Amino acid sequence: MASRHQLGEPVVVVEGVEKSFGSFSVLRDVSLTVRRGETVCIIGPSGSGKSTLLRCINGLVPISKGSIKLAGREVNDAKLDKLALRRDVGIVFQQYNLFPHKTALQNVMMAPIHVLKQDKAEVEERARKLLAKVGLSQKLATYPGELSGGQQQRVAIARSLAMNPKVMLFDEVTAALDPETKKEVLVTIQDLAAEGMTCILVTHEMGFAREVADHVYFTDGGVIVEHGSPAEVFGNPREERTKGFLDKVL
Amino acid sequence: MIASFFQWLNDTQGLNFSVFYDAFDRSRFLTGLWTTTYICVVSIIASMALGLIGVWLAGGSSRLGRLVVRVYVQFFRNTPPLVQLSFFYFAVASLLPTVSDGFGGQSPLVSGTGWAIIAFSLFAGAFNVEIFRAGIEAVPSTTVEAAESLGYTRLQLYLHVVLPLAFRICLPALNNNLINLVKTTTLAYAIGVPELLYAASQIWSEVFNVREMMNVLLVTYVGLVAVLVWIMGRWERSMRIPGYST
Amino acid sequence: MRSGSTDLPVLKPFRAPAPIAPSGFAAPVMLSSGTLAVFVILFGASLALAQVAARPAGEGAVTVLLRWAPLIFQGFLFNILISFLSMALGTVVGVLVGIAQVSLLAPVRKTAWGVTQFFRNAPWLVLLFYAMFLLPFEFRMFGITIAFPAWVKAVIGLALPVAANVSEILRGGIKSIPAGQWESADALAFTRAQTLWMIILPQAFKRMLPPWMNLYAILTMATTLISVVGIQDALSVTRAALIAESRPELMIPMYLLLLLMFFAYCYPIARATLALERRFNVKA
Repeated sequence: MASRHQLGEPVVVVEGVEKSFGSFSVLRDVSLTVRRGETVCIIGPSGSGKSTLLRCINGLVPISKGSIKLAGREVNDAKLDKLALRRDVGIVFQQYNLFPHKTALQNVMMAPIHVLKQDKAEVEERARKLLAKVGLSQKLATYPGELSGGQQQRVAIARSLAMNPKVMLFDEVTAALDPETKKEVLVTIQDLAAEGMTCILVTHEMGFAREVADHVYFTDGGVIVEHGSPAEVFGNPREERTKGFLDKVL
Repeated sequence: MIASFFQWLNDTQGLNFSVFYDAFDRSRFLTGLWTTTYICVVSIIASMALGLIGVWLAGGSSRLGRLVVRVYVQFFRNTPPLVQLSFFYFAVASLLPTVSDGFGGQSPLVSGTGWAIIAFSLFAGAFNVEIFRAGIEAVPSTTVEAAESLGYTRLQLYLHVVLPLAFRICLPALNNNLINLVKTTTLAYAIGVPELLYAASQIWSEVFNVREMMNVLLVTYVGLVAVLVWIMGRWERSMRIPGYST
Repeated sequence: MRSGSTDLPVLKPFRAPAPIAPSGFAAPVMLSSGTLAVFVILFGASLALAQVAARPAGEGAVTVLLRWAPLIFQGFLFNILISFLSMALGTVVGVLVGIAQVSLLAPVRKTAWGVTQFFRNAPWLVLLFYAMFLLPFEFRMFGITIAFPAWVKAVIGLALPVAANVSEILRGGIKSIPAGQWESADALAFTRAQTLWMIILPQAFKRMLPPWMNLYAILTMATTLISVVGIQDALSVTRAALIAESRPELMIPMYLLLLLMFFAYCYPIARATLALERRFNVKA
């Protein structure tokens, strides 16, 4: 495994997860482990259950069978404190999903103030730093509707980071962006990964996945077909389905 | 000056706008206008509160709560408001005890004005439930998902995300309903509440200036509605978010 | 820098309702026949109570109610008749005014707009009074005398706000058709009238039908206003019956019966309107 930095203990452990909507099975016997500081990319054709898996990890979607452990806590436990879970996991969506009635700065500040009950002045200071980090110091008082897609997505990343999560999930965050703005978002994620944030990305950006990932999972039809280092999966895929997919998208 | 002009209009042209020069008629008319305004304001506030309670119950986990809201909304939306008012004023009031009026007589527990406010609030509230519900439904589920991912509880989600957005979405419909409520207050005439229409009818039946009073009345109501439209328009503008259209 | 409007999803006006509301919030207040059942039960219960409360010497509440029910129902049919006539008159006038609202001639357009707004914002009851008091009781033209009995004036009085609302529905329907339709019709050398009748209105029709039906339901309920100006309708018969019997315990069942009649008529219209709205995917 071509690791770029020191990997710590497992943070996310997914074991034998099954998920079906009615009779339609979305995930079948999915297992994966993500260690502290690791960047994992999940690739695969549309409808292969990638986004559902992310939503299961932060408890937005309940699983039908199996186990998901996050920092040692079982996500699928009915008694689980959902708030504690969501403090630990940040998620960024394809459609940004910013709160349109709040400015960029307010979007970042809202959850720490309302959910974590942190001091407003401290939160504001942190929010300003985070927005500076994603290159949006000039847009603090701007509403989402006035920002470009790439800018909105960077605000969304800062909003998740403001909760000091242990893991960041990225759900096809560049899929709705045009080529020019895609890059600014990808660079932000790359910086984050380089700093040692644990990241799980669902992405269609193969070049990006190859560059930043420590480990790549290829899923198709709700199962993990193969996984390994980027060099293995992209350079020398073992499975026919992986080859077929890579031939189509590369 | 205005009074003398209308006095002259009456003397020379036979156009009797008595409310503009006769102090007694004017005070009757203004009292009616005040009563109408009072009924409007109280009913608007009460109907919005009812709408919020209704939409909260309709989205709640209690089956009984949901049934009550459904029956309430369908009943008040699909029956004539005038019959609703009569039902309250004549039938329901007959069940209530009377209270001593302090002059040795008995007076009803709830006055005609009171019943008008109750009936109109319930009537407009039924529409508000549906309006608020549509507004809440129009908040994208993805925005709600984002707030849930940040750890918001259901109450926090409502207070900070869903309601602020839903409210902006439903303002135009709410606007229409409140205008409708202002127009509906004229029905209080039927139970003898001394509101604007009633005051006007008293004046025209004594002074025999039906034509003039009718026009004054129409203009006054259209003016009242215009004031409400103006207030709501300002409100809507003050709540507008840059780059976001509803 | 203000980037103005973009086609990014978050900026799009929220029109289509979200398909699934998470954690069950905002469960729709669905139309259901259960509502009708609840009313029938309420009515039955109030009647039973009245029956029990009836003085020993007096007639049973059910007997009295059965005696008056046919008369109240006749009154109700009169309400329906008035609603048909007002709707017909109001629709014809409203369509004309509505078309005038999209006229190319500014004075015509503005006048039509002003008239529409005025009559839309005036209370129905005031307009009814207006028609009752200010229309002559007969009308002479070319030596022919047309009588204007009270009910005809009432039809006209109720048709005024209907016409204004129809006019607005028509304008809204026409405006909802994309400008590209006008442009392409223009490019094919259709005249404006041809474009309107052959291209725009047929497309706008399905958008206009649900609000028009909704308006009809509102009108039907508003026909009870004629009792205020002294015309015998279902509400006046009910009140007369209650006065004649002077039995306070009958008040609630009697009024509930009247409310039920209107509900049984207007509720299916509301359901049909909603069904059409969903089918055409438009909002009233």
